[in-house]
Amino acid sequence: MERFEIACLVENHSGVLTRVSSMFTRRGFNINSLTVGETEHPGYSRITISVNGDEAIRSQCIKQLRKLYNVKLVKEMVPSERVSRELALIKLKNTPETRPEIVSAVDIFRCKIIDFSPNTLCVEITGDSEKIDAFITVVKPYGILEMCRTGIVALQRGCHYLSDDEPQ
Amino acid sequence: MLMTGADIVVETLIAQGTKIVFGYPGGQVIDLYDALYKAQDRLTHILSSHEQHACHAADGYARATGQTGVVIATSGPGATNLVTGIATAYLDSVPLVAITGNVSNALIGRDSFQECDITGITLPITKHNFFVKNIEDLQDTIEKAFEIAKSGRPGPVLIDIPKDVQNGKWEFNGSKMVQPARDRLVSAAKIDKAIEMIKEAKKPFIYIGGGANAANATNEIIAMADLIDAPIGSTLMGLSTVPSTHPRFLGMQGMHGHFASSRGMADSDLIIAVGARFSDRATGNVAKFAKKTKIIHLDVDSAEMNKNVQVDLTVCGDVKEALTRINAHLEPVQKEAWMNHIADLRAKEEALFEKANPKNLLTPFALVTEVSKFADPSTPIVTDVGQHQMWAAQYFPFQEPRTFITSGGLGTMGFGLGAAVGAAFATGKRTILFTGDGSFGMNLNELATVFAHQIPVVIVVMNNKVLGMVRQWQNLFYNQHFSNTNLDERQTDFVKIAEAFGVPGYHIRSLEEMPAVMAQAMAVSGPVLIEAAIDRDEFVLPMLPPGGSMDQIITTKGEA
Repeated sequence: MERFEIACLVENHSGVLTRVSSMFTRRGFNINSLTVGETEHPGYSRITISVNGDEAIRSQCIKQLRKLYNVKLVKEMVPSERVSRELALIKLKNTPETRPEIVSAVDIFRCKIIDFSPNTLCVEITGDSEKIDAFITVVKPYGILEMCRTGIVALQRGCHYLSDDEPQ
Repeated sequence: MLMTGADIVVETLIAQGTKIVFGYPGGQVIDLYDALYKAQDRLTHILSSHEQHACHAADGYARATGQTGVVIATSGPGATNLVTGIATAYLDSVPLVAITGNVSNALIGRDSFQECDITGITLPITKHNFFVKNIEDLQDTIEKAFEIAKSGRPGPVLIDIPKDVQNGKWEFNGSKMVQPARDRLVSAAKIDKAIEMIKEAKKPFIYIGGGANAANATNEIIAMADLIDAPIGSTLMGLSTVPSTHPRFLGMQGMHGHFASSRGMADSDLIIAVGARFSDRATGNVAKFAKKTKIIHLDVDSAEMNKNVQVDLTVCGDVKEALTRINAHLEPVQKEAWMNHIADLRAKEEALFEKANPKNLLTPFALVTEVSKFADPSTPIVTDVGQHQMWAAQYFPFQEPRTFITSGGLGTMGFGLGAAVGAAFATGKRTILFTGDGSFGMNLNELATVFAHQIPVVIVVMNNKVLGMVRQWQNLFYNQHFSNTNLDERQTDFVKIAEAFGVPGYHIRSLEEMPAVMAQAMAVSGPVLIEAAIDRDEFVLPMLPPGGSMDQIITTKGEA
């Protein structure tokens, strides 16, 4: 199934995240990841949602989000027109045998080891989701003990802004 | 001027044009009811027997007038009792403002007595809802609620007000009536494309839904049908928008739609859908729906476009305005072959109908027809949900817009009596309620309200001693396993029940006695109940089996 990303600017009130996520549940749409955080404007938060679904789900998602009173702007983040990042923390099994290989993988993927103990090490990796997926595939054989991904954040490339798009 | 929150609520409601509110008092709205007491000469409050029916009354009021209905309930159980009423209004896009009390801010979140998170509960069934934490936001919130309820596609809005906000004090300097946000103007390109498609069509069909009624687009729809020589079909929710007796009107579509209407739409080459949302009950099997036909979809809600059915052209905006602009560019044309085909379908429908409806029995058709003789064109016709609802929808000759009030989307049994109360107050007219023994059992406590205010509601109970619609499905699709649909063991005499509440009642037991008894009952000026005995195995026909297509339509009992 296809995956697509939607960014929305929402009013910074309590309960707004519930309104957004409950719309997805109610309509049977499948959220892959959801991030929410502050923006340049104190009154607004920005939610980035990654969704699995076909064209019909994509268009319904966007239109149904636009109907929510606290949601001010909605735009699909098309991969070729946006930059996106995700962060993951991955705790790996640390043994003398695997350590050199893990360290070289960390070096090649340009990520960081941020915690180290005799039996574990923790890697911080930032990048687009595909890069993180690829790193996970590489280190999986060494033993992933625990993992936590943030979900993606995205901005349009160049001088394009969410506010360019008034609701259709 | 410094006022209590409760007074601010009442003053703002009055400023929004509210003349009547429906509700039920309780611990966390005593302050609000005190404010209502002080303002009783300017704002009428109608006490119901149950919050759900107060909500249906506010809904019925809104459906009959197009104005926003208002209901008030207390916290906890009062608020949860509103839920079915709010969901009913949501599914049928009815403008409604529901006001609930809640425990004081200091007690919120402590599972206090009669505390409940009603904004959480009603999140998926309201257009929007508010919890008013601070009194300084109170007036603004109520005004916003009215604006949201009325704008675009209408719907219910709930405002939850804690007790300390009601009895706190804040400055109030008058409120002005808010206007609904203006609908987006349809682009000229869309209008041009619609005109082009309509001009190309040889067999156009106009298909109207509840949105046509909400937009008051009756004249524009008939004008278009006349210009392009098209028949008109309607969803359940679109009924009464165009007079049922209009020569171009073929009747209801969908699961229990008229044969000519459903067949005619299937045979058309262009469907012009006006304020309809292609629900499963209206389309049958979506995969097989109108496969050979192009569709233009006019609707105020862009999220309805391509939601259930993929269409060829979307025209998003006020449908009345869009139709006016399209009509301005159409020349009158005649489509003789198409009209002849429609006439043939009608003739076939009549023959099928004759076969299915014996003239010597007290059939639902005979009953609905007899009742209709006592209605004038503006009489509100309200229903509950079930077989009686479909019979009323199929047979009643509606004349004026907003005269048919029914729970279409949610299909709420128990909707009727409350809604009839609201419609009667809204119009000041005698209102007819068609109900069944099943549905009436869910709301008959409202007879107390009807009696107290001598509301002129004619309650026609079709009593077949079964839950007829479910029984029909059990008959047709469940091997006649009549699981829990037989009400035979019940010996309820609805006439005696009415009398116990102070409302006169009459029995109609046969076709022969119907005219005389009906005349006697209709001569009563206040509320009155008529209980009519209907055969338990009457079917609502035609019937498209669930998920079926036009080829599988059941038109007579023999085919079933």
